[in-house]
Amino acid sequence: MTLVAEVSLRERRAWTAAAAVPDPEVPCVTVADLGILRAVREVDGVMVASVSPTYSGCPAVLAIELAVEGALLDAGFDARVERVMSPPWTTDWITAEGREKLRAYGIAPPVGSAGGKRALFGETSVPCPRCGARETEKLSEFGSTACKAHYRCTACLEPFDYFKCI
Amino acid sequence: MLDRPDPTTFDGFVALADDHLILGHRLSEWCGHAPMLEEDLSLANMALDLIGQARVLYAHAGEIEGAGRAEDDLAYLRDERAFRNCLLVERQNGDFAHTMLRQFYFAAAMAPYWAAAQASSDETLRALAGKARKETAYHLRHSAEWVIRLGDGTEESAVRMADAVDSLHPYTGDLFEQEGPTEVFPERTTLKREWEETVARVFSEAGLTVPDLPYPQIGGRQGLHGEELGHMLAQMQYLPRAHPGARW
Repeated sequence: MTLVAEVSLRERRAWTAAAAVPDPEVPCVTVADLGILRAVREVDGVMVASVSPTYSGCPAVLAIELAVEGALLDAGFDARVERVMSPPWTTDWITAEGREKLRAYGIAPPVGSAGGKRALFGETSVPCPRCGARETEKLSEFGSTACKAHYRCTACLEPFDYFKCI
Repeated sequence: MLDRPDPTTFDGFVALADDHLILGHRLSEWCGHAPMLEEDLSLANMALDLIGQARVLYAHAGEIEGAGRAEDDLAYLRDERAFRNCLLVERQNGDFAHTMLRQFYFAAAMAPYWAAAQASSDETLRALAGKARKETAYHLRHSAEWVIRLGDGTEESAVRMADAVDSLHPYTGDLFEQEGPTEVFPERTTLKREWEETVARVFSEAGLTVPDLPYPQIGGRQGLHGEELGHMLAQMQYLPRAHPGARW
């Protein structure tokens, strides 16, 4: 009983350390906010963090894995990172807090759910993260990183990134 | 059809990986050359998706083979005749119309492919399919929009898109040649109808005519390629072959 509680406490401490790692390309959100840190569990004295890649070709995957491992080592754990492909990460896993942080940072969070093909392309309007206006237009399907599209607000005229549904 | 032994699961993963690496490399050749900044970013983004998908597939092929070959060994240390990519993906970039049409043909085939691959007996392919299905949906929408915009655009853009159809359509045949056992890889022949429907729908909006070609070019899945693949590999493989084990 005591042992179980102790182990889960260690795991919780490890989770807290790993969860605070910021995304290298969108540093306003952490790996926990994005939902790419799936779990941290102790296996034979080693903390194993499960991390899901956002996109197949996301160049930040390795950097994120190394940062999570580093955070666990800094917190005093033996650590290893495991890449989890299935179930595939989706923008639906971005937390409510993560969405608000994105918006405050100037990136419009995903609109709606990525559940189906229709939903994937169903963003009828993406509100401007700066002025909140709904009058915005898509400039490009692909933005500065794999996860973003490029938009412009026709009310305040500011261009902005949209974290697209996937 | 050539008489040959049934392809194995290893062959299938290599062929699928080759499709994605070769097309991804072709798209990367546009980096810094695209007609506008937004398209430069789009092409590089799609290249990243494709090369990322190829990495998963090569790594898995290497595990299945069990001979100690890693993803880089399969990508960089095989010769032209060992590549099993379909002919479409190795075609040169040409102008922007050629590049976008090639992308559209490929994405229109891969969209139903990845949907079907979610029922594969192979766990890695299933997992990758879950990811790639959505990435491909973006590639398909983006390229289809350009096919329509150029086909139904100015006099010059329409001529260029029609030229692209004439030169690339004959190379779509081996998109539907099976790359490996059907319990692992979706049956390609059954995907052809959906591809044809997508092409017909987009072409009708673009004012383009679907060519009637009863005998398309094939051979990529048997390692019989056009000379442009050799030129591309010479450039792509130069560094790891000239400096084995180079790291940076």
